[in-house]
Amino acid sequence: MRPINCVIEEVRSEAPLIRTLRLEKKLDPMPGQYVMIWIRGVDEIPMSFSGPDTITVQSVGEATAALFKLGAGSTIGLRGPLGNGFILRGKKILLIGGGVGAAPLAFLGERALEAGIDVASLLGYRSESDLIFQDRFEALGETIITTDDGSLGISGRAAAGLKELNLYDFDQIYLCGPEMMMWDIISRTREHARKTQACINRYFKCAAGVCGSCCLDPDGIRVCVEGPVIMADRLLDSEFGRYRRGPTGGKGTCRG
Amino acid sequence: MPSLSVNACGLQLSNPILLAAGILGTTGASLCRAARAGAGGVVTKSVGSLPREGHPGPCIVQVEGGLLNAMGLPNPSYRDFQDEIDKARAGGVPVIASIFGSSASEFAQIARSLKADAFELNLSCPHAEKYGSELGRYPDLVESVTGAVKAASNVPVWVKLTPNTADIVELGLAAQRSGADGVVAINTLKAMAIDIETGYPILGNRFGGLSGPVIRPVAVRCVYELASRLEIPVIGVGGISTWEDAVEMIMAGASAVQVGTALVNGYGVFEEIKTGLSLYLERKSLTLEELCGLAGRRGS
Repeated sequence: MRPINCVIEEVRSEAPLIRTLRLEKKLDPMPGQYVMIWIRGVDEIPMSFSGPDTITVQSVGEATAALFKLGAGSTIGLRGPLGNGFILRGKKILLIGGGVGAAPLAFLGERALEAGIDVASLLGYRSESDLIFQDRFEALGETIITTDDGSLGISGRAAAGLKELNLYDFDQIYLCGPEMMMWDIISRTREHARKTQACINRYFKCAAGVCGSCCLDPDGIRVCVEGPVIMADRLLDSEFGRYRRGPTGGKGTCRG
Repeated sequence: MPSLSVNACGLQLSNPILLAAGILGTTGASLCRAARAGAGGVVTKSVGSLPREGHPGPCIVQVEGGLLNAMGLPNPSYRDFQDEIDKARAGGVPVIASIFGSSASEFAQIARSLKADAFELNLSCPHAEKYGSELGRYPDLVESVTGAVKAASNVPVWVKLTPNTADIVELGLAAQRSGADGVVAINTLKAMAIDIETGYPILGNRFGGLSGPVIRPVAVRCVYELASRLEIPVIGVGGISTWEDAVEMIMAGASAVQVGTALVNGYGVFEEIKTGLSLYLERKSLTLEELCGLAGRRGS
Protein backbone atom coordinates (compact mmCIF):
# COMPACT_ATOMS: atom_id res chain seq x y z
CA MET A 1 0.00 0.00 0.00
CA ARG A 2 1.38 3.37 -0.99
CA PRO A 3 0.62 6.31 1.30
CA ILE A 4 -2.94 7.48 0.74
CA ASN A 5 -3.61 11.16 0.30
CA CYS A 6 -5.64 12.73 3.09
CA VAL A 7 -7.00 16.23 3.70
CA ILE A 8 -6.67 17.71 7.19
CA GLU A 9 -10.24 18.85 7.75
CA GLU A 10 -9.79 20.73 10.99
CA VAL A 11 -7.01 21.77 13.36
CA ARG A 12 -7.77 22.39 17.04
CA SER A 13 -5.38 23.71 19.66
CA GLU A 14 -5.51 21.63 22.86
CA ALA A 15 -2.60 23.14 24.79
CA PRO A 16 0.33 25.41 23.90
CA LEU A 17 2.25 22.67 22.04
CA ILE A 18 -0.53 20.20 21.38
CA ARG A 19 -2.98 20.17 18.48
CA THR A 20 -5.64 17.79 17.26
CA LEU A 21 -5.98 17.18 13.53
CA ARG A 22 -9.19 15.79 12.11
CA LEU A 23 -8.61 13.60 9.07
CA GLU A 24 -10.87 13.36 6.06
CA LYS A 25 -10.15 9.63 5.52
CA LYS A 26 -12.11 7.11 7.58
CA LEU A 27 -9.50 4.61 8.66
CA ASP A 28 -11.55 2.83 11.33
CA PRO A 29 -8.69 2.45 13.82
CA MET A 30 -8.75 0.64 17.15
CA PRO A 31 -7.67 2.79 20.11
CA GLY A 32 -3.92 2.27 20.59
CA GLN A 33 -3.24 1.72 16.90
CA TYR A 34 -1.16 4.26 15.03
CA VAL A 35 -0.81 5.71 11.57
CA MET A 36 2.34 6.76 9.72
CA ILE A 37 1.93 10.40 8.75
CA TRP A 38 3.94 11.57 5.77
CA ILE A 39 4.62 15.29 5.84
CA ARG A 40 5.71 15.57 2.25
CA GLY A 41 9.24 16.73 1.71
CA VAL A 42 10.03 16.42 5.44
CA ASP A 43 9.62 12.99 7.07
CA GLU A 44 7.20 10.23 7.99
CA ILE A 45 6.28 9.81 11.67
CA PRO A 46 4.01 7.54 13.71
CA MET A 47 1.01 9.07 15.49
CA SER A 48 -1.61 7.36 17.59
CA PHE A 49 -5.29 8.07 17.20
CA SER A 50 -7.10 10.27 19.72
CA GLY A 51 -10.46 9.43 18.17
CA PRO A 52 -11.88 7.53 15.20
CA ASP A 53 -10.78 10.26 12.80
CA THR A 54 -8.34 12.37 14.80
CA ILE A 55 -4.70 12.39 15.79
CA THR A 56 -3.33 14.57 18.58
CA VAL A 57 0.18 15.84 18.07
CA GLN A 58 2.71 17.38 20.43
CA SER A 59 5.35 19.52 18.76
CA VAL A 60 8.66 17.90 19.67
CA GLY A 61 10.88 18.11 16.59
CA GLU A 62 11.30 18.99 12.95
CA ALA A 63 8.56 16.73 11.59
CA THR A 64 5.92 17.69 14.16
CA ALA A 65 6.85 21.37 13.72
CA ALA A 66 6.27 20.95 9.98
CA LEU A 67 2.96 19.22 10.70
CA PHE A 68 1.96 22.20 12.89
CA LYS A 69 2.48 24.51 9.91
CA LEU A 70 -0.18 22.64 7.94
CA GLY A 71 -3.62 24.18 8.36
CA ALA A 72 -7.10 22.90 7.56
CA GLY A 73 -7.29 22.00 3.88
CA SER A 74 -3.64 20.89 3.67
CA THR A 75 -2.86 17.31 2.74
CA ILE A 76 -0.67 14.58 4.20
CA GLY A 77 0.08 10.99 3.24
CA LEU A 78 -1.14 8.16 5.47
CA ARG A 79 -0.17 4.52 6.06
CA GLY A 80 -2.40 2.70 8.48
CA PRO A 81 -4.02 2.01 10.82
CA LEU A 82 -1.06 -0.09 11.98
CA GLY A 83 -0.10 -2.28 14.92
CA ASN A 84 -2.08 -3.90 17.70
CA GLY A 85 -4.28 -1.60 19.72
CA PHE A 86 -5.82 -1.92 23.17
CA ILE A 87 -8.20 -4.79 23.82
CA LEU A 88 -11.18 -4.08 26.08
CA ARG A 89 -11.51 -6.66 28.85
CA GLY A 90 -13.71 -6.83 31.93
CA LYS A 91 -16.45 -4.68 33.45
CA LYS A 92 -14.42 -2.00 35.15
CA ILE A 93 -11.25 -0.44 33.81
CA LEU A 94 -8.70 2.18 34.77
CA LEU A 95 -6.99 4.51 32.31
CA ILE A 96 -3.62 5.94 33.37
CA GLY A 97 -2.27 8.64 31.08
CA GLY A 98 0.61 11.08 31.08
CA GLY A 99 0.68 14.25 28.98
CA VAL A 100 -0.19 13.75 25.34
CA GLY A 101 -0.28 10.01 26.10
CA ALA A 102 -3.79 10.66 27.39
CA ALA A 103 -4.93 10.97 23.75
CA PRO A 104 -5.42 7.29 22.81
CA LEU A 105 -6.88 6.63 26.28
CA ALA A 106 -9.67 9.17 25.76
CA PHE A 107 -10.55 7.33 22.54
CA LEU A 108 -10.39 3.97 24.36
CA GLY A 109 -12.50 5.23 27.25
CA GLU A 110 -15.24 6.39 24.89
CA ARG A 111 -15.29 2.99 23.22
CA ALA A 112 -15.44 1.34 26.66
CA LEU A 113 -18.37 3.49 27.75
CA GLU A 114 -20.26 2.56 24.56
CA ALA A 115 -19.67 -1.07 25.50
CA GLY A 116 -21.13 -0.52 28.98
CA ILE A 117 -17.81 -0.75 30.82
CA ASP A 118 -17.14 1.40 33.92
CA VAL A 119 -14.22 3.74 33.39
CA ALA A 120 -12.01 5.61 35.86
CA SER A 121 -9.02 7.73 34.88
CA LEU A 122 -5.78 8.88 36.45
CA LEU A 123 -4.08 11.59 34.43
CA GLY A 124 -0.72 13.22 35.02
CA TYR A 125 0.36 16.49 33.47
CA ARG A 126 3.28 18.82 34.04
CA SER A 127 1.04 21.76 34.75
CA GLU A 128 -2.56 22.92 34.47
CA SER A 129 -1.76 24.63 31.15
CA ASP A 130 -0.72 21.27 29.65
CA LEU A 131 -4.05 19.61 30.40
CA ILE A 132 -5.79 17.98 27.46
CA PHE A 133 -9.15 16.24 27.16
CA GLN A 134 -10.24 16.95 30.76
CA ASP A 135 -13.87 17.19 29.60
CA ARG A 136 -13.64 13.94 27.64
CA PHE A 137 -12.31 12.01 30.64
CA GLU A 138 -14.73 13.58 33.11
CA ALA A 139 -17.61 12.52 30.84
CA LEU A 140 -16.37 8.92 31.22
CA GLY A 141 -16.38 8.73 35.03
CA GLU A 142 -14.18 9.37 38.05
CA THR A 143 -11.11 11.36 36.99
CA ILE A 144 -8.06 11.99 39.15
CA ILE A 145 -5.62 14.61 37.95
CA THR A 146 -2.04 15.16 39.06
CA THR A 147 0.29 17.97 38.06
CA ASP A 148 4.05 18.02 38.59
CA ASP A 149 3.89 21.67 39.74
CA GLY A 150 0.75 21.28 41.83
CA SER A 151 -1.19 23.82 39.75
CA LEU A 152 -4.18 21.45 39.57
CA GLY A 153 -5.26 18.32 41.41
CA ILE A 154 -2.78 16.23 43.32
CA SER A 155 0.74 17.63 43.37
CA GLY A 156 3.29 15.22 41.93
CA ARG A 157 3.69 12.67 39.16
CA ALA A 158 0.91 10.40 37.95
CA ALA A 159 2.01 7.69 40.40
CA ALA A 160 1.11 10.09 43.24
CA GLY A 161 -2.54 9.50 42.31
CA LEU A 162 -2.30 5.73 42.82
CA LYS A 163 -2.99 6.05 46.54
CA GLU A 164 -6.49 7.31 45.69
CA LEU A 165 -7.29 4.03 43.95
CA ASN A 166 -7.50 0.36 44.79
CA LEU A 167 -6.08 -1.32 41.69
CA TYR A 168 -7.66 -4.64 42.67
CA ASP A 169 -11.04 -3.02 41.87
CA PHE A 170 -10.16 -2.92 38.17
CA ASP A 171 -10.32 -5.78 35.69
CA GLN A 172 -7.88 -4.12 33.34
CA ILE A 173 -5.52 -1.14 33.41
CA TYR A 174 -4.57 0.85 30.32
CA LEU A 175 -1.43 2.94 30.30
CA CYS A 176 0.06 5.50 27.93
CA GLY A 177 2.48 8.37 28.50
CA PRO A 178 6.16 9.26 28.62
CA GLU A 179 8.35 6.21 29.16
CA MET A 180 9.63 7.07 32.63
CA MET A 181 6.10 7.87 33.78
CA MET A 182 4.88 4.50 32.49
CA TRP A 183 7.86 2.72 34.03
CA ASP A 184 7.17 4.47 37.32
CA ILE A 185 3.61 3.11 37.27
CA ILE A 186 4.52 -0.40 36.06
CA SER A 187 7.35 -0.89 38.51
CA ARG A 188 5.19 0.27 41.45
CA THR A 189 2.27 -1.95 40.46
CA ARG A 190 4.09 -5.16 39.50
CA GLU A 191 1.36 -7.38 40.88
CA HIS A 192 -1.03 -5.88 38.31
CA ALA A 193 1.30 -6.14 35.32
CA ARG A 194 -0.61 -9.09 33.88
CA LYS A 195 -3.73 -6.97 33.58
CA THR A 196 -1.99 -3.81 32.40
CA GLN A 197 -1.88 -2.94 28.72
CA ALA A 198 0.80 -0.36 27.94
CA CYS A 199 0.94 1.60 24.70
CA ILE A 200 4.65 2.19 24.23
CA ASN A 201 6.89 4.03 21.84
CA ARG A 202 10.11 3.09 20.08
CA TYR A 203 11.93 4.50 17.06
CA PHE A 204 9.98 3.28 14.04
CA LYS A 205 11.47 3.39 10.57
CA CYS A 206 9.63 0.84 8.43
CA ALA A 207 6.49 0.30 10.54
CA ALA A 208 6.22 -3.06 8.76
CA GLY A 209 8.14 -5.34 11.13
CA VAL A 210 11.19 -5.79 8.92
CA CYS A 211 13.85 -3.18 9.61
CA GLY A 212 14.39 -4.03 13.27
CA SER A 213 14.82 -0.48 14.58
CA CYS A 214 12.04 -0.83 17.17
CA CYS A 215 12.91 -4.28 18.56
CA LEU A 216 12.78 -4.54 22.33
CA ASP A 217 15.47 -6.36 24.35
CA PRO A 218 15.73 -9.12 25.40
CA ASP A 219 13.00 -10.89 23.37
CA GLY A 220 13.20 -8.86 20.18
CA ILE A 221 9.54 -7.84 20.26
CA ARG A 222 8.88 -5.80 17.10
CA VAL A 223 6.98 -2.92 18.67
CA CYS A 224 5.73 -1.55 15.32
CA VAL A 225 3.76 -4.71 14.47
CA GLU A 226 3.49 -6.69 17.73
CA GLY A 227 2.77 -3.50 19.68
CA PRO A 228 2.55 -0.68 20.24
CA VAL A 229 0.26 -2.05 22.95
CA ILE A 230 2.14 -4.63 25.01
CA MET A 231 1.16 -6.37 28.23
CA ALA A 232 3.17 -4.81 31.05
CA ASP A 233 4.40 -8.17 32.38
CA ARG A 234 6.43 -8.47 29.16
CA LEU A 235 8.02 -5.10 29.90
CA LEU A 236 9.08 -5.74 33.50
CA ASP A 237 12.34 -7.45 32.59
CA SER A 238 12.89 -5.70 29.28
CA GLU A 239 14.86 -2.64 28.20
CA PHE A 240 11.71 -0.57 28.82
CA GLY A 241 12.40 2.14 31.36
CA ARG A 242 16.13 1.37 31.23
CA TYR A 243 17.29 2.37 27.75
CA ARG A 244 15.99 2.81 24.25
CA ARG A 245 17.54 2.84 20.82
CA GLY A 246 17.59 5.95 18.67
CA PRO A 247 17.75 6.40 14.89
CA THR A 248 21.26 4.88 14.63
CA GLY A 249 20.23 1.77 16.56
CA GLY A 250 22.56 2.78 19.40
CA LYS A 251 21.31 2.72 22.97
CA GLY A 252 20.28 5.92 24.70
CA THR A 253 18.32 7.06 27.72
CA CYS A 254 14.53 6.88 28.09
CA ARG A 255 14.01 10.50 28.95
CA GLY A 256 10.60 12.02 29.66
CA MET B 1 14.35 -36.75 6.51
CA PRO B 2 17.16 -35.65 4.19
CA SER B 3 19.88 -33.59 5.81
CA LEU B 4 19.72 -29.85 5.28
CA SER B 5 23.17 -29.24 6.70
CA VAL B 6 25.57 -27.65 4.31
CA ASN B 7 29.01 -26.16 4.14
CA ALA B 8 28.54 -22.89 2.34
CA CYS B 9 31.17 -20.27 1.68
CA GLY B 10 33.38 -21.42 4.52
CA LEU B 11 30.70 -21.90 7.17
CA GLN B 12 29.10 -25.08 8.42
CA LEU B 13 25.35 -24.43 8.53
CA SER B 14 22.64 -26.61 10.05
CA ASN B 15 20.39 -25.55 7.18
CA PRO B 16 20.83 -23.32 4.12
CA ILE B 17 18.13 -20.75 4.91
CA LEU B 18 19.70 -17.58 6.33
CA LEU B 19 18.36 -14.23 7.48
CA ALA B 20 19.37 -11.56 4.94
CA ALA B 21 21.19 -8.36 5.84
CA GLY B 22 19.13 -5.32 6.76
CA ILE B 23 16.19 -7.33 8.03
CA LEU B 24 15.62 -7.43 11.81
CA GLY B 25 19.38 -7.20 12.22
CA THR B 26 19.83 -4.10 14.34
CA THR B 27 19.76 -5.89 17.67
CA GLY B 28 21.21 -9.09 19.02
CA ALA B 29 17.78 -9.97 20.37
CA SER B 30 16.05 -9.85 16.99
CA LEU B 31 18.88 -11.82 15.33
CA CYS B 32 18.62 -14.39 18.07
CA ARG B 33 14.89 -14.62 17.50
CA ALA B 34 15.51 -15.39 13.80
CA ALA B 35 18.00 -18.08 14.79
CA ARG B 36 15.53 -19.63 17.22
CA ALA B 37 12.85 -19.48 14.52
CA GLY B 38 15.01 -21.78 12.43
CA ALA B 39 17.43 -19.67 10.39
CA GLY B 40 20.65 -21.54 9.58
CA GLY B 41 22.62 -18.32 10.00
CA VAL B 42 21.90 -14.66 10.50
CA VAL B 43 23.37 -11.61 8.80
CA THR B 44 23.43 -8.36 10.77
CA LYS B 45 22.32 -4.94 9.64
CA SER B 46 25.26 -3.30 7.83
CA VAL B 47 27.61 -1.46 10.15
CA GLY B 48 30.09 1.23 9.18
CA SER B 49 32.75 3.24 10.91
CA LEU B 50 30.60 6.17 12.07
CA PRO B 51 27.09 6.33 13.56
CA ARG B 52 24.47 7.14 10.92
CA GLU B 53 20.82 7.98 11.42
CA GLY B 54 19.81 7.06 7.89
CA HIS B 55 17.51 8.85 5.49
CA PRO B 56 14.38 10.77 6.46
CA GLY B 57 11.09 8.94 5.97
CA PRO B 58 9.23 7.47 4.33
CA CYS B 59 11.88 4.74 4.41
CA ILE B 60 9.71 2.10 2.80
CA VAL B 61 6.94 1.96 0.25
CA GLN B 62 4.89 -1.15 -0.32
CA VAL B 63 4.60 -1.64 -4.06
CA GLU B 64 3.10 -4.34 -6.23
CA GLY B 65 4.95 -7.56 -5.44
CA GLY B 66 7.53 -6.12 -3.13
CA LEU B 67 8.98 -3.40 -0.98
CA LEU B 68 10.92 -0.34 -1.90
CA ASN B 69 13.25 0.87 0.84
CA ALA B 70 15.78 3.57 1.51
CA MET B 71 16.88 3.18 5.09
CA GLY B 72 20.20 4.90 4.41
CA LEU B 73 22.51 2.55 6.31
CA PRO B 74 21.50 3.60 9.83
CA ASN B 75 23.88 2.03 12.32
CA PRO B 76 25.55 2.86 15.62
CA SER B 77 29.07 2.23 14.15
CA TYR B 78 31.06 -0.96 14.58
CA ARG B 79 32.46 0.42 17.85
CA ASP B 80 29.02 0.11 19.37
CA PHE B 81 27.96 -3.17 17.76
CA GLN B 82 30.07 -6.03 19.13
CA ASP B 83 27.65 -6.47 22.01
CA GLU B 84 24.76 -7.07 19.58
CA ILE B 85 26.79 -9.69 17.68
CA ASP B 86 27.71 -11.42 20.93
CA LYS B 87 24.07 -11.48 22.00
CA ALA B 88 23.03 -12.80 18.57
CA ARG B 89 25.42 -15.71 19.03
CA ALA B 90 23.19 -17.00 21.82
CA GLY B 91 20.91 -18.14 19.00
CA GLY B 92 23.39 -20.94 18.31
CA VAL B 93 23.93 -20.29 14.59
CA PRO B 94 26.71 -18.44 12.76
CA VAL B 95 26.44 -14.66 12.89
CA ILE B 96 27.65 -12.93 9.76
CA ALA B 97 28.49 -9.25 10.16
CA SER B 98 27.49 -7.11 7.20
CA ILE B 99 29.91 -4.20 6.92
CA PHE B 100 30.22 -1.16 4.70
CA GLY B 101 32.76 1.56 4.08
CA SER B 102 33.82 4.06 1.48
CA SER B 103 37.28 2.59 0.88
CA ALA B 104 39.26 -0.63 1.19
CA SER B 105 41.02 0.65 4.29
CA GLU B 106 37.75 1.61 6.00
CA PHE B 107 36.35 -1.88 5.33
CA ALA B 108 39.56 -3.46 6.62
CA GLN B 109 39.54 -1.37 9.79
CA ILE B 110 36.03 -2.57 10.63
CA ALA B 111 36.86 -6.21 9.82
CA ARG B 112 39.93 -6.03 12.08
CA SER B 113 37.88 -4.69 14.97
CA LEU B 114 34.72 -6.80 14.89
CA LYS B 115 34.49 -10.42 15.90
CA ALA B 116 31.96 -12.40 13.86
CA ASP B 117 31.71 -15.82 12.25
CA ALA B 118 32.03 -14.30 8.79
CA PHE B 119 31.85 -10.93 7.06
CA GLU B 120 29.50 -9.97 4.29
CA LEU B 121 30.76 -6.94 2.40
CA ASN B 122 27.99 -4.54 1.49
CA LEU B 123 29.22 -3.42 -1.92
CA SER B 124 25.72 -3.16 -3.23
CA CYS B 125 23.36 -0.91 -1.25
CA PRO B 126 21.83 1.22 -4.03
CA HIS B 127 20.81 4.26 -2.01
CA ALA B 128 23.67 5.61 0.09
CA GLU B 129 26.08 8.15 -1.30
CA LYS B 130 29.75 7.06 -1.32
CA TYR B 131 28.90 3.54 -0.14
CA GLY B 132 27.50 0.26 -1.37
CA SER B 133 27.00 0.02 -5.11
CA GLU B 134 28.84 3.29 -5.64
CA LEU B 135 31.96 1.20 -5.03
CA GLY B 136 30.54 -2.20 -5.82
CA ARG B 137 29.70 -1.52 -9.45
CA TYR B 138 33.42 -1.21 -10.27
CA PRO B 139 35.22 -4.58 -10.53
CA ASP B 140 38.58 -3.06 -9.54
CA LEU B 141 37.10 -1.62 -6.33
CA VAL B 142 35.35 -4.91 -5.52
CA GLU B 143 38.73 -6.57 -5.91
CA SER B 144 40.65 -4.13 -3.73
CA VAL B 145 38.04 -4.02 -0.96
CA THR B 146 37.72 -7.80 -0.86
CA GLY B 147 41.49 -8.21 -0.81
CA ALA B 148 41.86 -5.73 2.03
CA VAL B 149 39.23 -7.47 4.17
CA LYS B 150 40.70 -10.92 3.43
CA ALA B 151 44.07 -9.65 4.62
CA ALA B 152 42.54 -8.10 7.73
CA SER B 153 40.47 -11.03 8.94
CA ASN B 154 40.70 -14.76 9.41
CA VAL B 155 37.03 -15.63 8.97
CA PRO B 156 35.17 -16.28 5.70
CA VAL B 157 34.49 -13.20 3.59
CA TRP B 158 31.38 -12.99 1.43
CA VAL B 159 30.82 -10.25 -1.11
CA LYS B 160 27.25 -9.07 -1.67
CA LEU B 161 26.84 -7.98 -5.26
CA THR B 162 24.66 -5.40 -6.93
CA PRO B 163 22.37 -6.31 -9.81
CA ASN B 164 22.46 -2.67 -10.92
CA THR B 165 25.20 -3.32 -13.43
CA ALA B 166 25.53 -4.53 -17.00
CA ASP B 167 27.43 -7.68 -16.01
CA ILE B 168 27.22 -9.07 -12.49
CA VAL B 169 29.63 -11.87 -13.41
CA GLU B 170 32.44 -9.32 -13.81
CA LEU B 171 31.83 -8.27 -10.22
CA GLY B 172 31.75 -11.87 -9.02
CA LEU B 173 34.99 -12.68 -10.81
CA ALA B 174 36.62 -9.62 -9.20
CA ALA B 175 35.59 -10.88 -5.76
CA GLN B 176 36.90 -14.34 -6.58
CA ARG B 177 40.28 -12.99 -7.77
CA SER B 178 40.97 -11.44 -4.40
CA GLY B 179 40.05 -14.51 -2.43
CA ALA B 180 36.38 -14.11 -1.46
CA ASP B 181 34.96 -17.26 0.10
CA GLY B 182 31.66 -16.71 -1.66
CA VAL B 183 29.41 -14.15 -3.28
CA VAL B 184 25.90 -13.20 -2.25
CA ALA B 185 23.52 -12.17 -5.00
CA ILE B 186 21.53 -10.01 -5.26
CA ASN B 187 21.09 -6.77 -3.33
CA THR B 188 18.03 -4.68 -4.18
CA LEU B 189 17.28 -3.18 -7.57
CA LYS B 190 17.56 0.59 -7.64
CA ALA B 191 14.05 1.96 -7.99
CA MET B 192 11.68 4.76 -7.10
CA ALA B 193 8.00 5.53 -6.57
CA ILE B 194 6.21 8.86 -7.03
CA ASP B 195 3.11 10.13 -5.25
CA ILE B 196 0.76 10.95 -8.11
CA GLU B 197 -1.33 13.29 -5.98
CA THR B 198 1.53 15.75 -5.56
CA GLY B 199 4.49 14.62 -7.65
CA TYR B 200 6.70 14.09 -4.60
CA PRO B 201 9.01 11.07 -4.78
CA ILE B 202 7.68 8.97 -1.88
CA LEU B 203 10.96 7.85 -0.33
CA GLY B 204 12.73 10.48 1.74
CA ASN B 205 15.84 9.66 -0.27
CA ARG B 206 13.88 9.67 -3.58
CA PHE B 207 15.68 6.51 -4.72
CA GLY B 208 15.65 3.20 -2.97
CA GLY B 209 16.07 -0.52 -3.43
CA LEU B 210 13.34 -2.85 -4.62
CA SER B 211 13.04 -6.25 -2.90
CA GLY B 212 10.48 -9.02 -2.62
CA PRO B 213 8.89 -11.51 -5.02
CA VAL B 214 8.93 -9.01 -7.87
CA ILE B 215 12.77 -9.22 -8.14
CA ARG B 216 13.11 -12.99 -7.79
CA PRO B 217 13.43 -13.79 -11.51
CA VAL B 218 16.26 -11.25 -11.73
CA ALA B 219 17.96 -12.86 -8.73
CA VAL B 220 17.55 -16.35 -10.19
CA ARG B 221 19.16 -15.22 -13.43
CA CYS B 222 22.06 -13.54 -11.62
CA VAL B 223 22.70 -16.59 -9.43
CA TYR B 224 22.56 -18.88 -12.48
CA GLU B 225 25.10 -16.74 -14.36
CA LEU B 226 27.41 -16.43 -11.37
CA ALA B 227 27.25 -20.12 -10.49
CA SER B 228 28.09 -21.13 -14.03
CA ARG B 229 31.15 -18.87 -14.25
CA LEU B 230 32.59 -18.78 -10.71
CA GLU B 231 34.57 -21.40 -8.80
CA ILE B 232 33.48 -20.05 -5.42
CA PRO B 233 30.00 -20.71 -4.02
CA VAL B 234 27.06 -18.39 -4.48
CA ILE B 235 24.43 -17.53 -1.87
CA GLY B 236 21.11 -16.66 -3.48
CA VAL B 237 18.92 -13.85 -2.19
CA GLY B 238 16.10 -11.86 -3.70
CA GLY B 239 12.39 -12.39 -3.22
CA ILE B 240 12.44 -15.84 -1.65
CA SER B 241 9.33 -16.39 0.44
CA THR B 242 8.37 -20.05 -0.08
CA TRP B 243 10.14 -23.40 -0.24
CA GLU B 244 9.46 -23.50 -3.98
CA ASP B 245 11.35 -20.23 -4.34
CA ALA B 246 14.24 -21.68 -2.35
CA VAL B 247 14.33 -24.83 -4.51
CA GLU B 248 14.42 -22.70 -7.65
CA MET B 249 17.27 -20.58 -6.30
CA ILE B 250 19.26 -23.63 -5.27
CA MET B 251 18.67 -25.18 -8.71
CA ALA B 252 20.00 -21.95 -10.21
CA GLY B 253 23.24 -22.64 -8.35
CA ALA B 254 22.87 -21.25 -4.84
CA SER B 255 24.64 -23.20 -2.07
CA ALA B 256 22.48 -21.43 0.49
CA VAL B 257 19.79 -18.78 0.35
CA GLN B 258 18.86 -15.71 2.33
CA VAL B 259 15.37 -14.53 3.18
CA GLY B 260 14.57 -10.88 3.80
CA THR B 261 11.38 -9.17 2.73
CA ALA B 262 9.32 -12.31 3.41
CA LEU B 263 9.83 -11.60 7.12
CA VAL B 264 6.99 -9.04 6.79
CA ASN B 265 4.80 -12.09 7.33
CA GLY B 266 6.67 -13.09 10.46
CA TYR B 267 9.44 -15.39 11.61
CA GLY B 268 7.54 -18.55 10.62
CA VAL B 269 9.00 -18.36 7.12
CA PHE B 270 12.18 -20.21 8.15
CA GLU B 271 10.38 -23.32 9.35
CA GLU B 272 7.99 -23.24 6.38
CA ILE B 273 10.85 -23.19 3.88
CA LYS B 274 12.88 -25.82 5.74
CA THR B 275 9.95 -28.21 6.01
CA GLY B 276 8.98 -27.77 2.36
CA LEU B 277 12.56 -28.18 1.19
CA SER B 278 13.02 -31.37 3.22
CA LEU B 279 9.83 -32.92 1.88
CA TYR B 280 10.80 -31.96 -1.64
CA LEU B 281 14.25 -33.54 -1.37
CA GLU B 282 12.69 -36.66 0.06
CA ARG B 283 10.08 -36.89 -2.68
CA LYS B 284 12.71 -36.39 -5.39
CA SER B 285 15.30 -38.59 -3.66
CA LEU B 286 17.81 -35.79 -4.01
CA THR B 287 20.45 -34.40 -1.72
CA LEU B 288 20.98 -30.66 -1.36
CA GLU B 289 24.29 -31.07 -3.14
CA GLU B 290 22.59 -32.72 -6.10
CA LEU B 291 19.94 -30.02 -6.22
CA CYS B 292 22.52 -27.21 -6.23
CA GLY B 293 23.06 -26.00 -9.81
CA LEU B 294 20.78 -28.62 -11.35
CA ALA B 295 19.51 -26.05 -13.87
CA GLY B 296 23.02 -25.43 -15.15
CA ARG B 297 23.61 -29.15 -15.69
CA ARG B 298 20.40 -29.46 -17.72
CA GLY B 299 22.22 -27.68 -20.55
CA SER B 300 21.03 -24.80 -22.67
